[in-house]
Amino acid sequence: MCIAVPSKIIEINNSLATVDVYGARKEISLLLLPEEAKIGDYVLVHAGFAIQKVDEAAARDALNLLQELSEKMEEVNG
Amino acid sequence: MDFLREFRDSSTVKGILKEIEKPSDTPLNIMEICGSHTHTIMRFGLDELLRGHINFIHGPGCPVCVMPKERIDHAIVLSRQEDIILATVGDMIRVPGSKGSLITERVKGGDIRIVYSPMDVLYIARDNPDKIVVYFAIGFETTTPATAVVMEGCIREEIKNILFHVNHVLVPPPIDAIMASGDVVIDAFIAPGHVSVITGAGVYRPIVEKYRTPMVICGFEPLDVLLGIWMILRQFREQRCEVEIQYKRAVRPEGNLKAQGLINRYLQLRESFRWRGIGDIPLSGMKIKDEFAHLDAEVIFKDLLPCELIDDHRLCKCGEILKGRLKPIDCSVFGTACTPQNPMGACMVSAEGACQAYYKYKQLPNYEH
Repeated sequence: MCIAVPSKIIEINNSLATVDVYGARKEISLLLLPEEAKIGDYVLVHAGFAIQKVDEAAARDALNLLQELSEKMEEVNG
Repeated sequence: MDFLREFRDSSTVKGILKEIEKPSDTPLNIMEICGSHTHTIMRFGLDELLRGHINFIHGPGCPVCVMPKERIDHAIVLSRQEDIILATVGDMIRVPGSKGSLITERVKGGDIRIVYSPMDVLYIARDNPDKIVVYFAIGFETTTPATAVVMEGCIREEIKNILFHVNHVLVPPPIDAIMASGDVVIDAFIAPGHVSVITGAGVYRPIVEKYRTPMVICGFEPLDVLLGIWMILRQFREQRCEVEIQYKRAVRPEGNLKAQGLINRYLQLRESFRWRGIGDIPLSGMKIKDEFAHLDAEVIFKDLLPCELIDDHRLCKCGEILKGRLKPIDCSVFGTACTPQNPMGACMVSAEGACQAYYKYKQLPNYEH
């Protein structure tokens, strides 16, 4: 129910946008998006609404932390 | 960047697993509140990977599962009215009420439509000007603002043939109720990622402070959940007790203020809402504000809607499962009299229900897939 999928904006038409969701195209509403979006942005889409922009830098940080933890464990385990 | 594949990388999983699997006397009891987290945990076998270290307790975060039968009966009664089209989301139509479900009503000829997005309700209403569309709205804070947008559309465009039967509920009140009951020992929480996109992190603070349970808001990929657990363990190690955000690529500390504003414009808290299995919880559900009562199906059809409270089948253990007291496999009808094809309880109906997650992903010897 609370599923939301990262989707890439490929077209914007007022409060509607066309997004690419892993190859499928869908029309969604931007009425709940708290900040302005532009073509190429990733948004989280829930029930036909973009509810937040996906912060790529934050995603990178999380992956980097995971990588660090992984490497640290390799060192510990030799 | 691929937001799914990179958060499922198996070599990274192995690394962080070693970090979590520190020897301890007893496993840590972590409740994952959201049904989508339950599915990630079961689908990727995280419960098996962390056996002996983490005991996952499945929470009440499945809006279909927590809807009591009398609310479903409301939907059924409304769908039987002439000139009414009842619209709702997919899983809801299969949940049994006191006598049958919306799907059985549809077979009998009721005009019941499944919508992917609440926006679809506007299109149904436009295409059927001589009918009234009742939107049976369910969902936690993630979904509530979408209902508010449709309400706003109705008011702005003076659409007269849409009414709302609002069953939106909130995440923090049932968690507080479960903790206050003292029935279940929970050491920490994995908080729902997409609810928190809307609400922000602050709504959980009272629970964390009252019960001294660390809480981490997590994303839904396996590495998100594992990283969240690592963050919980780090809080214990550093003797901290806070709400932290692991899912920073989506959740801002303040949430989505635009969505919060829309909810507050059109909806207000109910004095109390009855949750399946948990019972009445004050200020745990939402209803349409009095000034918009002309859009409220519960007000317009007040005389038609039954007020009798209906309990679950005595063999169904959904209530105890939603409270985290039992696991699906502790239920005597799980996988036998109750299956996804023929569900007795809502936790088996919903794609987010704990019972369906166990049925789908657990290789249990005593039932067939």
